[in-house]
Amino acid sequence: MGEAIVITSGKGGVGKTTTTANIGAGLAQAGKKVALIDADIGLRNLDVVMGLENRIVYDLVDVVEGFAKLKNALIKDKRFNENLYLLPAAQTRDKTAVTPAQMRDLVTAMKEEFDFVLIDCPAGIEQGFKNAVAGSDKAIVVATPEVSSVRDADRIIGLLEAEEKHHPLLIVNRIRPSMVKKGDMMDINDMIEILAIELLGVVPDDEFIVVSTNRGEPALLNAQSRAGEAYRNISRRLTGENVPLMKLDDESAGFFGRLRKIMGIKG
Amino acid sequence: MFDLFARVFGREDASKDVAKERLRLVLVHDRASLSPQALENLKNDLLKVISQYLDIDDQGFRVDFSRNDDAMALVANIPIKKKAGRML
Ligand SMILES: Nc1ncnc2c1ncn2[C@@H]1O[C@H](COP(=O)(O)OP(=O)(O)OP(=O)(O)O)[C@@H](O)[C@H]1O
Ligand SMILES: [Mg+2]
Repeated sequence: MGEAIVITSGKGGVGKTTTTANIGAGLAQAGKKVALIDADIGLRNLDVVMGLENRIVYDLVDVVEGFAKLKNALIKDKRFNENLYLLPAAQTRDKTAVTPAQMRDLVTAMKEEFDFVLIDCPAGIEQGFKNAVAGSDKAIVVATPEVSSVRDADRIIGLLEAEEKHHPLLIVNRIRPSMVKKGDMMDINDMIEILAIELLGVVPDDEFIVVSTNRGEPALLNAQSRAGEAYRNISRRLTGENVPLMKLDDESAGFFGRLRKIMGIKG
Repeated sequence: MFDLFARVFGREDASKDVAKERLRLVLVHDRASLSPQALENLKNDLLKVISQYLDIDDQGFRVDFSRNDDAMALVANIPIKKKAGRML
């Protein structure tokens, strides 16, 4: 019996889809059997972030309505042996096309076959959110170090509590160490203190994320990507490994530090 | 650079401290589902009721949320006016 994890945030655009894709890739690389569900019905994105958009035949709504079999709707990501699959969202329907009860049944069935079922939640607190969390055993809340994002995260933590989803885990995304150092960005401790939840990981703001998204390849596949490294660590933590937070001071190492890094010299 | 200058000479708070302070305030109201305006109304009502029994110094009257760890409390500070020539 696998574990279902919903990736949520409240606020839009903070990195839920990026996080789902990369943690999925990380878990698959670690040898786990993983299914990703794009629960953002009407605004599907996970397929393009993963680079699988050309292979969609059926979607989540087709499966829920019994129009397609789950195994025919799942797209296998060939880069990860037999380990990573995507169930795409429907693009021409809306959130009301499925109910929380249907999602719960679907996720329960998928947990029989997969070690991890990751659910990419849409932004907002309406039915899309309720659908996405319905079948989950665990919740990851993604927030960026900004007032509006942290405020929405706090709201989501309250709503998760109301849905009896206790002890969510926090991922702080798009941290910029140089700004933190100058006192112009909230740091990790500030955010944990305010939200009072457990930290799962910290992901730096990283240009490789944009490059990877352009190419449709999870950043984690790029050995140079700091964000990719952070997501690899997060995946290992989810499998129960104890991995320390990575040091995030590279960016502030100054011109020579950066030059050394470009030239591949370890400082 | 000017930013850093201003900060060193204490003319401007680090913007993250401003962010934290603002967050703390909005979250208190979010979590209690009580807007700043509603809190103001509560304050005025409280003042009216208590004034029927005591002579309150409404200049020093304060009602605020306070949070420690898990619990949240509404804390009121209600100074009572001294009667002329008498210790309370
Ligand atoms: N660590 C990062 N560094 C740089 N860019 C990032 C990072 N994380 C996310 N982004 C960028 O931010 C944008 C939004 O990310 P993403 O689509 O993952 O957010 P989302 O929370 O799923 O959004 P939505 O609420 O619309 O579903 C994307 O353009 C993505 O490339
Ligand atoms: Mg998304």
